[in-house]
Amino acid sequence: MSAAPVRLDIDGVAVEVPAGASVAAAVALAAPHFRRSRSGQPRAPLCGMGVCFECRVRIDGVEHQRSCLVPAREGMRVACDD
Amino acid sequence: MTERCDVLVVGAGPAGLAAAQAAASHGARVALVDMQANAGGQVWRRDARRPASDPARERLDALLAGARVRWLGQAQVVAAEPGQVLVEQAGTAIELSYGALVLATGARELLLPFPGWTLPGVTGAGGLQALVKQGWPIAGRRVLVAGSGPLLLAAAATAQRHGARVVAICEQAPAARLHAFARHLWRWPGKLAQAAALRARLAGTPYRTGRWVVAAHGEGRVVEAELNDGERIAVDQLAVGYGLVPNLELAQQLGCELQAHGAHACVRVDALLRTSVASVYAAGEVCGIGGRDCALVEGAMAGHAAAGAVEAARALQPRRARARAFAALLPEHFRLDPRVLAAATPDALVCRCEDVRLGEIDAHADWRAAKLATRCGMGSCQGRVCGAALAQLRGPAFAPSLSAAGPRPPVFPVRLAALAAHGAAPHAPPPAASEPITHSVPQGTVP
Repeated sequence: MSAAPVRLDIDGVAVEVPAGASVAAAVALAAPHFRRSRSGQPRAPLCGMGVCFECRVRIDGVEHQRSCLVPAREGMRVACDD
Repeated sequence: MTERCDVLVVGAGPAGLAAAQAAASHGARVALVDMQANAGGQVWRRDARRPASDPARERLDALLAGARVRWLGQAQVVAAEPGQVLVEQAGTAIELSYGALVLATGARELLLPFPGWTLPGVTGAGGLQALVKQGWPIAGRRVLVAGSGPLLLAAAATAQRHGARVVAICEQAPAARLHAFARHLWRWPGKLAQAAALRARLAGTPYRTGRWVVAAHGEGRVVEAELNDGERIAVDQLAVGYGLVPNLELAQQLGCELQAHGAHACVRVDALLRTSVASVYAAGEVCGIGGRDCALVEGAMAGHAAAGAVEAARALQPRRARARAFAALLPEHFRLDPRVLAAATPDALVCRCEDVRLGEIDAHADWRAAKLATRCGMGSCQGRVCGAALAQLRGPAFAPSLSAAGPRPPVFPVRLAALAAHGAAPHAPPPAASEPITHSVPQGTVP
């Protein structure tokens, strides 16, 4: 018995993930990278557990959210490349 | 908002859950704080696609049913002082005063730099396991798992169970030492069974010893992993982890004495898991990497002791000794080949937050000097990744846990709005700057 999938908007792309998935999983389905480093290199999650801060994105207008720590919720709007 | 509890437990992995349960069993009012949304820590992390199997959920549900435990999930301790912590949850700050504190903050992966490790598609080994359990798309992808320690097998098995094609597992330790490790396992039948089950599940996967990743190649994302023998393997995902290091930031902020733990440090505790700070206990990985069994028994001990039930804690000492004896085998058998460290070339980025190359660090004498001159460790992760890497690569002078320029409040970057909503916060910087996020800064001036 699994709950209904969750739909999010990642940089304008509609994405569906299983209930209980993280925002990081949703971003991985839609965006080539999560953010850019100071010198402009593409970056994506490294630690998966809230330590490295490489997966940070803007969620519903709030910047610097570690997407691996945030459960995906219906209707979330996520922006990468902050 | 200020709340009061008898026993505050920070971290809801096996150690924290066991501590909360033990403390609550004596009637203590317990608060349990974890930065993840669900209890379980890394070992019992919930699997989004297999929610049925969730040992942490049962434990937490049982705890919460008792009504003496207050659960604060997706919450972070951002500042701590004797008797009181400041917790941030969902954009608000909560002041929590406690009679006793149990640090069960666990461990993180030791991630060592090599050229290309910043490419998207390169993660830690435990990192990949965590991401996959959270729904990370892995089905049909070619995955190479590399590094060192028993976690590699667990990470590979998780990836495979979710449909990945694990092309190889590369363990840096030589075969002879792994065989020696296996010969010790008969004393811990549970571990032996666990290892055998993992190996059986990965029967078709090449397991190579004495092999490690020296570079990742690709444009914009990883497409190839290069091994120390020159072989290049096409991959969609590369997972590299070199074991675990304790999460000490909170212990350090409280002033707990540390002791050496390989190239790193852990919290020094006595036979009842008391730290050097009154009423502060520590349990599990933060006292030295020991794994789940160690965490469970130490958590229970610390929970009993924190609730004043010293005899109940003492009764668990033989079980703890046995679990720690197993833990002692790991550093001996999985010690890093010095050549693995050489994969971190001067050109490799060591600080991923501030894009600092290892070669830039080597112009400086210690962590503090390097931090001030290069901004290494001053980005969002506050040196959590590069600090552990440098301790391993360049020795104690570069270990933040042993340095006066180690972690400063806030323990985690926190939104000023959260602190402002709370009012005056212990240790926290005044909510005046326009910056949305605060970071730790170097302590004082250079002497």
